[in-house]
Amino acid sequence: MAEMTYLQAISDGLRMEMRRDERVFVIGEDVGVYGGAFKVTLGFQEEFGPWRVIDSPLAETAIVGACTGAAIMGMRPVAEMQFADFVSCAWDHLVTVAAKQRFRAGTPVPIVVRLPSGGGFSGGPFHSQNPESSFAHIPGLKCVCPATPEDAKGLLITAIQDPNPVLFFEHKHLYRRIKSEVPEERYTIPFGKARTHLEGDDVSVITWGAMVYTAGEAAKKLDEDGVSVEIIDLRTVMPWDREAVLASARKTSKVLVLHEDTRTGGFGAEIAATIAEEAFEDLDGPVKRIAAPDCPVPFSPVLEKAFIPQVDDVVAGLRELAAY
Amino acid sequence: MATNTQTEVVMPQMGVSVAEGTITKWLKAEGDPIAQDEALLEISTDKVDTEVPSPGAGVVAQIVVQEGETVDVGTVLAVIAPAGSEAGSEVGGADVGTVTQDEMPPPPATQAAADEAMAAASEGVGDVSQAAEPAQQAPAAPAETPPAPAAAPAGGGDNGRTFLSPVVARIASEHGVDVSQVQGTGTGGRVTKKDILAFVESGASTRATPPPAEEATPQQVSATPPAAPSEVATPVAPQPPPPAVTQAPAQAASTPQAAPRPQPQAVAGEPAQGEAVEPMTAMRRGIAEHMRRSLDTSAHVTSAIEVDMSKVVAIRGKLKQEYGTAYGVNPTYLSFVARATVETLRDFPWINGEIRGDKIVTRNYVNLGFAVELADGKGLIVPVVKNTEGLNLLGMARAVTEIAARARDKKLTPDDVQGGTFTITNPGGYGTFHGTPVISQPQAGILGTYAVVKRPWVVQDELGQDVIAVRAIMNLTLTYDHRLVDGALAGRFLRDLRKRLESWGESDY
Repeated sequence: MAEMTYLQAISDGLRMEMRRDERVFVIGEDVGVYGGAFKVTLGFQEEFGPWRVIDSPLAETAIVGACTGAAIMGMRPVAEMQFADFVSCAWDHLVTVAAKQRFRAGTPVPIVVRLPSGGGFSGGPFHSQNPESSFAHIPGLKCVCPATPEDAKGLLITAIQDPNPVLFFEHKHLYRRIKSEVPEERYTIPFGKARTHLEGDDVSVITWGAMVYTAGEAAKKLDEDGVSVEIIDLRTVMPWDREAVLASARKTSKVLVLHEDTRTGGFGAEIAATIAEEAFEDLDGPVKRIAAPDCPVPFSPVLEKAFIPQVDDVVAGLRELAAY
Repeated sequence: MATNTQTEVVMPQMGVSVAEGTITKWLKAEGDPIAQDEALLEISTDKVDTEVPSPGAGVVAQIVVQEGETVDVGTVLAVIAPAGSEAGSEVGGADVGTVTQDEMPPPPATQAAADEAMAAASEGVGDVSQAAEPAQQAPAAPAETPPAPAAAPAGGGDNGRTFLSPVVARIASEHGVDVSQVQGTGTGGRVTKKDILAFVESGASTRATPPPAEEATPQQVSATPPAAPSEVATPVAPQPPPPAVTQAPAQAASTPQAAPRPQPQAVAGEPAQGEAVEPMTAMRRGIAEHMRRSLDTSAHVTSAIEVDMSKVVAIRGKLKQEYGTAYGVNPTYLSFVARATVETLRDFPWINGEIRGDKIVTRNYVNLGFAVELADGKGLIVPVVKNTEGLNLLGMARAVTEIAARARDKKLTPDDVQGGTFTITNPGGYGTFHGTPVISQPQAGILGTYAVVKRPWVVQDELGQDVIAVRAIMNLTLTYDHRLVDGALAGRFLRDLRKRLESWGESDY
């Protein structure tokens, strides 16, 4: 085991797969000479050369298009969007081509698109979004949202090995803030298996990404109230671990769904609806959602704090549910 | 009718088993002038939805029952006053919405007794007509009302915390917990999952034994043969509730002579996983009650016969064009069968008859009922074509088409569903070849007609040799009340009916 930041764990996993499998290559804006905007691929070009660590033009459509073509020809491309927000330029290639190719022609499209996402640093409306629900809605795409360094490495390796297009949402706020023990060897973590971040009996929080830590802080305060909170970290929102969510819902009978993405049509809505459908008779309170309001992410630190769910927001929601 | 005096408009009797009706719309307001037989209001019952015409001319002096309310047959709905009188000015006295003194139940001995009687009535269980006579029976009335099963949710609790979350309701149901006994610690005193689990673990819940089914369903349910056809034709003598009685007991009460209403057999429990629950419509309740009562009343036996319909098929082929062009009428197989049935019933009066008390009633007419499935597939109604003995094939075809259309469009009048003497049901449209339908009480028989299908059939050629031919064959069943009709009689009826159909001549209309 070695202590790594969330960012180092991603680099480690990516490097490991590139060393192991010559088909794996990296392409993106400034990923080569510069080592990527967040330095995930720092030193990669020196080790793997410019043909496996490709600096692309400033054109997301071209990046994903190139990946799709290379994947169809047998390669294992890993694309980096400089910010997750920019992936909308590549929407057509991801949604119309990559997601449907296997259904249409039987050809697997094993691409990974790394998406530095999330806010909390005054990045404003174009550098702070969490667009996972948009892609989770598209059949044929997988969406991964790791919260811990260990998960980030293991899930990235799984993503590279997966024969389907995978969107890998890396939370920027976690890159250097979160540090923990990570196995040094190669390992995979299966998609669709949630992780119990905290065991509890009274209220469940279903969340993923950076909100796992917000929920953890809130749970500490609830613990002082004598309320035991369970936190389920989905790890992947598509596929997502319905069984784990429903088991937790049945156990505590009170569920809070928490995400940093905006509220309406966010993936929390799907989770809440599934709980209502399949665990209705086990509910002892309304399924509650805490999410960002339906507006673009503001620049102003004050406003951004009001926008992104904070520990106090979650504490208030949990107290309300606990008292219900 | 000269309207020198006020005329009361009462809830009409819409069918044998109908005890109440709902006002869906008033077409006139108080003070509006109205002519005799002009549509005054629309009502809905478990049999038909229809307009009620004004029984007199003048002005609508008073509307007693408002839209959306459900009242017993015979209840005064409105008062028509002679033209020139002011709305509401000359009415509102003893005649309106009240009954004369000797019709009224004796006043309750005490207010408490009255309250108890009303509470019993509004429970929806127990014999309401008894509960409405508190003077003699007030002390007994509450005792006759079975206690609500303990498993029922804490509805009616007075603590303002009656909301049960799904999980609490389920646990309460599974463990037979009366939730009102549980101390709630949730918002507003709501009983939470933890509260009820702690209650269950403490052993405090002891399931109250539900009352035996016999107590919950008074003897009213046990079937007795309908007393008289007058019940069909004449509205039950109205016994509207006294003015002091509120609407709730009035809805729950059934008039003594009305057909028995189905009683809830048991409080529906929580649906198990995968089950869905929907309320039963008034029509479905009516059908359920009638089917059960019919089986409890008549000794049902079914005989079947196969009929070679080749001649009917051939004649129908010719007539179809002619009737369609000349009259816009389709001569269906059903109308052929109906026509032949009416002719045959002439020779079998008991099959067109009825057991009434210890007497047998026969008729010189055939009022033929036709079972019609409603368009939404959720109900069945049996409109009656009167005096079918006077209809030729064209008339029969026209009458059947017309009444079935009105049934599906909910345009039937009360008269249309009353007075049947024999019924035909036609499930053959779906390809079924046999069935055992249930008799429409108080009739003695019901004929089932099934699909006409081509089958290999042994016939004799011109030399008298047996040969196999392809023939259009239809099965017919007669389900009869063996109390009145014996098997041999039923067999002869079917034989004669078959003979009529198989030997149908072009001039036999």
